[in-house]
Amino acid sequence: MSNSATLEKSAKEVPASNEVLANDVLVSLTNISKTYKKGKELVPVLTDINVKIQRGDFVALMGPSGSGKTTLLNLLGGLDNPSAGELIIAGQRIDKFSSSQLTKWRAQNVGFIFQFYNLMPVLSAEKNVELPLLLTNLTSKERKAHVAAALDLVGLADRAKHYPSELSGGQEQRVAIARALVSDPNLLLCDEPTGDLDRATADEILALMQELNQEQQKTIVMVTHDPRAADHARHTLHLDKGKLIQE
Amino acid sequence: MTFNWLSQIFIISLMNLRNIPQRWGTSSVAIFGVACVVGVFIAVLSMATGFQRTMSNAGSPNTVIIMRAGATSEMSSGLSYEQTQWISSLPGIEKNGEQLLSSAELFVVVDISKKTTNTSANVSLRGVMPAAFAVRDKFNIVEGRNFEPGKNELIVGRSAQKQFNNLAVGSSIKFGQTEWRVVGMFESGGGLAESELWCDAKILQAAYRRGNSFQTIRAKLISPSVLADLKAAVAADPKFNVDVKLETAYLSEQSAPMTKFIMGVGYPLAILMALGAIFGAINTMYTSVSTRTREIATLRALGFGAFPVAFSTLFESLVLAFVGGAIGSVVAYFLFNGYTVSTLNFASFSQVVFDFAVTPALVKQGVIFAAAIGFIGGLFPAIRAARLPVATALRDNG
Ligand SMILES: Nc1ncnc2c1ncn2[C@@H]1O[C@H](COP(=O)(O)OP(=O)(O)OP(=O)(O)O)[C@@H](O)[C@H]1O
Ligand SMILES: [Mg+2]
Repeated sequence: MSNSATLEKSAKEVPASNEVLANDVLVSLTNISKTYKKGKELVPVLTDINVKIQRGDFVALMGPSGSGKTTLLNLLGGLDNPSAGELIIAGQRIDKFSSSQLTKWRAQNVGFIFQFYNLMPVLSAEKNVELPLLLTNLTSKERKAHVAAALDLVGLADRAKHYPSELSGGQEQRVAIARALVSDPNLLLCDEPTGDLDRATADEILALMQELNQEQQKTIVMVTHDPRAADHARHTLHLDKGKLIQE
Repeated sequence: MTFNWLSQIFIISLMNLRNIPQRWGTSSVAIFGVACVVGVFIAVLSMATGFQRTMSNAGSPNTVIIMRAGATSEMSSGLSYEQTQWISSLPGIEKNGEQLLSSAELFVVVDISKKTTNTSANVSLRGVMPAAFAVRDKFNIVEGRNFEPGKNELIVGRSAQKQFNNLAVGSSIKFGQTEWRVVGMFESGGGLAESELWCDAKILQAAYRRGNSFQTIRAKLISPSVLADLKAAVAADPKFNVDVKLETAYLSEQSAPMTKFIMGVGYPLAILMALGAIFGAINTMYTSVSTRTREIATLRALGFGAFPVAFSTLFESLVLAFVGGAIGSVVAYFLFNGYTVSTLNFASFSQVVFDFAVTPALVKQGVIFAAAIGFIGGLFPAIRAARLPVATALRDNG
């Protein structure tokens, strides 16, 4: 937490126009670039990204296919390292982390929601939700309580014992959201969370995410192709060919 | 920041194992491979164990066998009547009342046809004197009666009767010019003698023109501690010209070439097959890792460590190997334990009948062998699982 104090202080030293908001910065990207090596060639995927995301924000990340949305989300989630630039989340320079540090960091700071839910088929809903808690020091009793609360929050308290194959797509995504929430991370990262759902179910999921943002103060970054999905967010970022387009 | 690795390993392993039915095809390849290797491994070793057991069951630590100096087996030994008399007067030999527990014996090799193949095989026909029965601890006539001195009568070992034709009590059998009547069947604690036929020494000497000569003396000692004195007494006087050995030492010497042969064929065979099984296991585990790519990547994204992921893969491989090993052991046990065969003992050029013996020690060795295959087979796939690039892996399946 001392790190985040430093961040607030340094943010104050910058005579920025939105100083009030800067006090609440959760994610800060400075000159972030990502290149992949393809044979001998360097392929730039993200170039010079500068953006700050406030705590409690709900950001939609849009852009054409191949523009680098997933790549950017993976950087925010500590699944990949930037090639250049500074990436601070909750006061920590995660671009400096080793892969095992990142692993621990992920467990404590981010919750992922995937397009295809990525539930463990051999585990019941509640066991799926419990997974992130196995990485904490909570007792089995405490874990059960957290799992019940998370399932309740997504409206699936009565499906706790069901296996993924016994759930609809929308229900599976709710379980996945519960799993992402259960360890109370700083940041929820979603890659096309409604990409595999029909309109009505997608709207329910989006409404749930909006509720999580507004009532539980969850910070959410959501990659989407769907402008209607983006409408549920507070802000929208546009990526094109690896660059952020300012609105 | 303590991370509960045990619970990580537990839950991932549990998921892996529950997943196996969906990967039944490839998993069964690994299981089958290990089962074959362990089955063959145990079969070969049970042959060696059974052979050794038969050879050593015959021996008693109190009994010495005395042969001509330099003779490597009873076959190549020869003792004159005078030698046998001198030896009987040596100190340290046990007495049963008036009778010295010292048995001069001779034996010849006769042809009998095997029940299984009807081909002829060499069988030992031993000529003994009354002391022979007292010298052997576990000797027991279980059917019929003992031969009468001076008659062409045989008693046959239990194993010999089981393996060879015409040895039922009451039947007659001809070796060379001589016709013999089978009058009894004996046991000797499962030992080597059960592969033999016994008769009166005098009759055998006459039938095979051995004059009054013998080949060996078996004698019971007052206690094992007199062995050194006995050896010294024999060495001190050149007229003896014999070697004194404990029966146990002699028999293990006799079984060594055969055991070595079985091991020499068996171990390379088992290792060769094990290589095959290792490749099978490696292939199975690579398949397991690649079908679980998305699952592993998801767990890693949630914050599960690389080590628990690797360890669980190794664990799965070990479990498959153990299942294979157990199947192999059980199959080997039911197919081979107690399976009776006869083989030529190189040392005596006569048939030894013995049972394959699948002992707990062998099963333990088989299980360790299986574990080694599972470990080696799982190692590289486990490393691959640990190094899986999470972002790319999620992308591949997303
Ligand atoms: N591991 C990699 N090696 C090389 N190039 C990669 C790798 N991962 C991604 N790329 C490239 O980076 C670019 C951006 O990919 P990314 O997945 O971030 O796009 P996206 O905006 O999420 O697209 P979509 O909407 O189709 O999901 C693409 O051109 C892709 O081919
Ligand atoms: Mg994408």
